[in-house]
Amino acid sequence: MIRVVLPPHLRVLARTEREIELELPVEATQRAVIDALEERFPSLRGTIRDPATMRRRPFVRFFGCGEDLSHDDPDDPLPPAIIEGREPYLVVGAMAGG
Amino acid sequence: MSKVRVLVGTRKGAFVITSDGTRRDWSVSGPHFGGWEVYHLKGSPADPDRLYASQSSSWFGQVVQRSDDGGETWQPVGNEFAYSGVPGTHQWYDGTPHPWEFARVWHLEPSLDDPDTAYAGVEDAALFRTTDAGRSWQELAGLRTQCSGHSWQPGAGGMCLHTILLDPGGKGRMYAAISAAGAFRSDDGGESWRPINRGLRSPQLPDEDAEVGHCVHRIAGHPGRPELLFMQKHWDVMRSDDGGESWREVSGDLPSDFGFPIEVHAHEPETVYVVPIKSDSEHYPPEGRLRVYRSRTGGGEWEPLAEGLPQQNCYVNVLRDAMAVDALESCGVYFGTTGGQVYASSDAGDTWSAIVRDLPAVLSLEVQTLR
Repeated sequence: MIRVVLPPHLRVLARTEREIELELPVEATQRAVIDALEERFPSLRGTIRDPATMRRRPFVRFFGCGEDLSHDDPDDPLPPAIIEGREPYLVVGAMAGG
Repeated sequence: MSKVRVLVGTRKGAFVITSDGTRRDWSVSGPHFGGWEVYHLKGSPADPDRLYASQSSSWFGQVVQRSDDGGETWQPVGNEFAYSGVPGTHQWYDGTPHPWEFARVWHLEPSLDDPDTAYAGVEDAALFRTTDAGRSWQELAGLRTQCSGHSWQPGAGGMCLHTILLDPGGKGRMYAAISAAGAFRSDDGGESWRPINRGLRSPQLPDEDAEVGHCVHRIAGHPGRPELLFMQKHWDVMRSDDGGESWREVSGDLPSDFGFPIEVHAHEPETVYVVPIKSDSEHYPPEGRLRVYRSRTGGGEWEPLAEGLPQQNCYVNVLRDAMAVDALESCGVYFGTTGGQVYASSDAGDTWSAIVRDLPAVLSLEVQTLR
């Protein structure tokens, strides 16, 4: 079970709580988490990844276990603490602007 | 009794402002989609409770929302705008080829007779259509492929398709306008297109009479005279009497012919409204005095309308989609400013009052007259 924390704007859009629990049918990678998130909340499609390129939007970041996972390969396994549900996987709206 | 519903898109959300037909007391609902830019929202002429809204942000991209109850509740619908086929390139600012990249929806234009059909004008400039109430969007690619899309180059505001005008004649005629590309017409419901820029002159272009490349800011018309069109260009206010086949300048005695919105009186096809702005870099009213200008002669002769509007130290702008009229017997005129005020006139522009102040910067404004 993966615990996913969404930023406020996406919580409103998905009409859900701050933290979501996802069961993944496949290996726990970042791509699998976002795929499962979009499957459960179709209104989030296109908001985290560009639907044309499937790349992370520039001002969206992925954090976990105190690390920035945004630049990791989306098909790499997630850290064990996230896979085991001890740490959440954070989707964050990046600091931007002045 | 009649009602009026004003749909306001701002930098930080949407607002729905309503009044009965007297237009004296206004009720403000919102912000809807707080924190998101709402470039445009508009109601279906065929079902006034069906609204479409374009919600976007630099963080989370484009969302399209639909309401089936006049803006009380909303649901996200389809937000995938995939260019048709291999989209190729347009020109970038430095003249190099640049791939077409979807950025956002600037304008939503519901069909005149089918609430499930609507058109979306997007950046990078293209036209999309939904026929399933927003669940999916398909590009009408003829506009890009038949009108030299590969040569279009963005202006300072981006390369956006901002104006969609549907001819009520029922024969499939429609118009689109694109910043730094020009005006275009289809006579078959959007399948095929051609430029309609004859008569436009832009000294900012190497060929000032070029077929494409003109920075059209907005086009407006009147359903009772579909061949008559008015245009606010980057500079110049223009008029066409032949459905865009040719244009002539009608800036006349305006204090500045730069501006963004242009609108036509609901009952008088030759009565036109513009908001002169000082220049293409000084985006505020001349002399710090906010004035709407009205022509009752289809352009050429203009009168300032200032009663109730700030006449000193006013340096707001009025954006291209931020002016509209209602269809009550005494035509109401409305506009929103980048300072967050929404002004209304219930006497065709003779007098004005702010129906709300201090909203986020207004990006767009539409009016529905509800019977």
